[in-house]
Amino acid sequence: MSPRVHLRDDYLESRLIRRRLVFSAVFIFVLITLVLGRLYVLQIVDYAHFSTLSDSNRVRIKALPPTRGLIFDRNGVVMANNLPSYRLEIVSEQVDDIDLTLQQLSRYIDFSEQDLKRFKEASHRRRPFESIPLKLNLDDTEVARLAVNLHQFKGVEINARLTRNYPLDELGVHALGYVGRVDTDDLTKVDEANYAGTSHIGKLGLEKFYEDELHGRVGIQQVEVNARGRTLRVLSEIPPVQGNNLYLTIDSKLQKAAELAFGDNAGSVVAIDPNNGEILALVSMPTFDPNLFVNGIGVDLYSELRDSLRRPLFNRALSGQYPPGSTTKPFYGLAGLENNTISKNKKVFCRGYYLLPNEERRYRDWKKEGHGLVDMKTAITQSCDVYFYDLAYSQGIDKMSAFMSEFGFGVKTSIDSTGEKPGIMPSREWKRKAQGMIWFPGETIITGIGQGAMLVTPLQLANSTAAMALKGKRYRPYLVGAIDSSQTDLVREIQPEVVGNYQLKREQNWQHIHKSMVNVVHGLRGTARGINRGLKYKVAGKTGTAQVYGVAQDEEYDAETVADKLRDHALFISYAPAEAPRIAVAVIVENGGSGSSVAAPIARKVMDAYLDRPS
Amino acid sequence: MSHDINSEQMSVTRRLLDALRLDPVLLALLFILSAIGVVLLYSAGGSDVDLMIRQAVRLSVAFLLLVVVANIPLRLIKKASFILYLLGVMLLLAVMFFGEVGKGAQRWLDLGFIRFQPSEILKLAVPMVVAAYLSNRLLPAGWKELIVSVVLVMIPVILIARQPDLGTAILVGSAGFFVLFLAGVRWKIMMILGVLLSLMAPLLWKVALRDYQRERILTLLNPESDPLGAGYHIIQSKIAIGSGGVYGKGWLNGTQSQLDFVPERSTDFIFSVFGEEFGFFGSVLLICLYVVIIYRGLYVAASSSDNFGRLLAGALSLTFFVYLFVNTSMVTGMLPVVGVPLPLISYGGTSMVTLMMGFGLIMAIRSSKRFWN
Repeated sequence: MSPRVHLRDDYLESRLIRRRLVFSAVFIFVLITLVLGRLYVLQIVDYAHFSTLSDSNRVRIKALPPTRGLIFDRNGVVMANNLPSYRLEIVSEQVDDIDLTLQQLSRYIDFSEQDLKRFKEASHRRRPFESIPLKLNLDDTEVARLAVNLHQFKGVEINARLTRNYPLDELGVHALGYVGRVDTDDLTKVDEANYAGTSHIGKLGLEKFYEDELHGRVGIQQVEVNARGRTLRVLSEIPPVQGNNLYLTIDSKLQKAAELAFGDNAGSVVAIDPNNGEILALVSMPTFDPNLFVNGIGVDLYSELRDSLRRPLFNRALSGQYPPGSTTKPFYGLAGLENNTISKNKKVFCRGYYLLPNEERRYRDWKKEGHGLVDMKTAITQSCDVYFYDLAYSQGIDKMSAFMSEFGFGVKTSIDSTGEKPGIMPSREWKRKAQGMIWFPGETIITGIGQGAMLVTPLQLANSTAAMALKGKRYRPYLVGAIDSSQTDLVREIQPEVVGNYQLKREQNWQHIHKSMVNVVHGLRGTARGINRGLKYKVAGKTGTAQVYGVAQDEEYDAETVADKLRDHALFISYAPAEAPRIAVAVIVENGGSGSSVAAPIARKVMDAYLDRPS
Repeated sequence: MSHDINSEQMSVTRRLLDALRLDPVLLALLFILSAIGVVLLYSAGGSDVDLMIRQAVRLSVAFLLLVVVANIPLRLIKKASFILYLLGVMLLLAVMFFGEVGKGAQRWLDLGFIRFQPSEILKLAVPMVVAAYLSNRLLPAGWKELIVSVVLVMIPVILIARQPDLGTAILVGSAGFFVLFLAGVRWKIMMILGVLLSLMAPLLWKVALRDYQRERILTLLNPESDPLGAGYHIIQSKIAIGSGGVYGKGWLNGTQSQLDFVPERSTDFIFSVFGEEFGFFGSVLLICLYVVIIYRGLYVAASSSDNFGRLLAGALSLTFFVYLFVNTSMVTGMLPVVGVPLPLISYGGTSMVTLMMGFGLIMAIRSSKRFWN
């Protein structure tokens, strides 16, 4: 080390500092080049990448839910529409602490466990910036209470949306069905993209069957949003396409008359126009209000409906299967004539019961003392069981079964709704398949009066009656008569479809049965003569009383002592006007007792409402 | 004729500037830069005129202070260095005990009529005191000078880092060390210092840095690890700049900025707005403008007649560069997010005033040279 020089050498010192300054300048140049290089990479090399990211930041696709198609009755009365209702929705992305928010919200409104569960489910499925409904159908007080406090909740919105509404309430619910909130299961059955903005989907009945028609097409909106997800402007929009409107074959006035006619009874009425298969009324009693299901029915209310002994949720018209009882007699009678098993004038002696050769068992007639000597007309008019036991014995199950199938017994009608059951038309083959057993002759006997294994749905019975009215020509029954396409303004009429066309061997055979059925209502000893007073048109009908409860051999059936649930079902089938039928009706009153006193008057009211109304 | 009038006017302007002891080149560049800043702020602030006016007012005050500082005799500045430094350190200590907490850090001191950050004083006081000290010693600086200087620098740096304000600590620290570097500390010693610092790094990591600072550094290394949390700033800023492309989306048209995707867009991340709206082309021009200002400062340093002026002007210019470099590197994702604004453009008062006063010092140095000549 050189000894320190105490003299300041300004030249050397300034040269030293300058050298350092020059070095700094160079160093700055290098670092700035680095920054510029970085900018070059970001803005030029990776421009496309960042440009895309920037667009996906700001542009969002919003689904615009379509308006669900309306449902009208055959006269244009609205049966299902859409009303604005307020719902509480949450955009989860904008909420910092969702649990806290939910907890705080619960101070202002009640929402059920179910609401919460559905909300959580939907939040997993939907994207974080979509608004997810927490509670639908807020009432005015709830809206007011929330609106005042909304400022403290970020990402919580009250939105007005159109929601399904059934203005006639419970009227025709089993024909219409209802919509409910979309769940994960539903989405597996539809095009999920089309349901991006949809909150409701058809769950039952027509609403479900015609879901594709009613729903419409989702609209798409491209919007620009800011970092908090707020929509600033619409960039482009494909408007949603409204769902198609349905015009039903149902006549809501007739439907109403039919439901009123039932009173407090449980059961079903189905009225069909035999000339084309249009269903004029489809009643299952008791009913319930489908509006309850639209916005999520409460657990309590639901279990009350579900567990009710009267089973209001059960669609008896399509899913209820009942023994048809004596209402089968005109069909078996026609079978006997057509198969040449019996002649119309052959008489059978009825002594109150029937015995199979070499058997002890007594097949009893409903009339203990017997009807005496009866021909077919009398047997149908007075509903003699013994006559038909004998006829069944002579025909055998194979012929019976084959003939009845021609009239639609034992097969689904293929109605355009959900939940239809096929009923049972017993045969040897059916028994082998269903029970793995051979057919016993005794079963033929009871099948001959519509008991035993034989089951029908009210819809099926009405449709078979319609086929009887039309001499064997059977249409597929249907509920939707026309579809009004919202896109094209074209109304698509649904064409009647002939599904069975039994050719009579002899016209007189049918005429004879037909006359006998008219006699049931209009004859002096007809079982349904009680309803003929004041009738302005002729009715062909047949009563039926189906046993629910097996009466032992030496026991008497006594309506008074038998519990309600085990009492006989009352049935009645009819078509009118007899000479040119326009309506065919089947009535089943559960545990109603006798067909003539309970079921027939209901049918009369239905026919009156349709045929005898001031127009 | 007109030429004569023009040249006469020129000379009047010239004489006025000389009388005010101002550097016309530097002043013009600073004006341009400030003007760009105000216009950009209108866009970055979401077309908020009030914000723009507040910034313009602040700029006026800052320019006024620049003129005031430029007119203080250099000898006085040198003499005042140590007092200013002491005052600054004492205020830092005061902040530690009585300061106000804002955004999780204790930086502000409320004197009743004004709220300010004492750390700003040290941005000037530290290079001043080290330059004053070293200019009284023989150069190149030896071990003793080195140790004294390091102690002078580290006391405020540690206090500031503990506030915690990593950005300012870096700026203050680098200002001090730039003086040392310019004073000719041997390369070997610089290297040893560098090695020592890097050996201390793990210790600093554990002791000096707070959790959020550590997180920021980790985030820089892998911003996508937490796209909605700490990495969000960097990712959105990069998207903004990158989507600007060559010519940018145009003033007021940057979607990333205007739609709030860029955080802190009028303050620390204002360069992202600029990059998005004016593209690569604009960014290069802007950075060139900065570089010219810095080189002008270095030129003043090189042509100064005494060591105090050389060291101080050089260190201040280099510190200005550190602002620029750290801010642009931070918004482009090359450095962790430390709170360093884009000098003279980011919204915010204190740092702008300090920077302008720094340029006032540079101008004072320049005119003192002319004075002595």
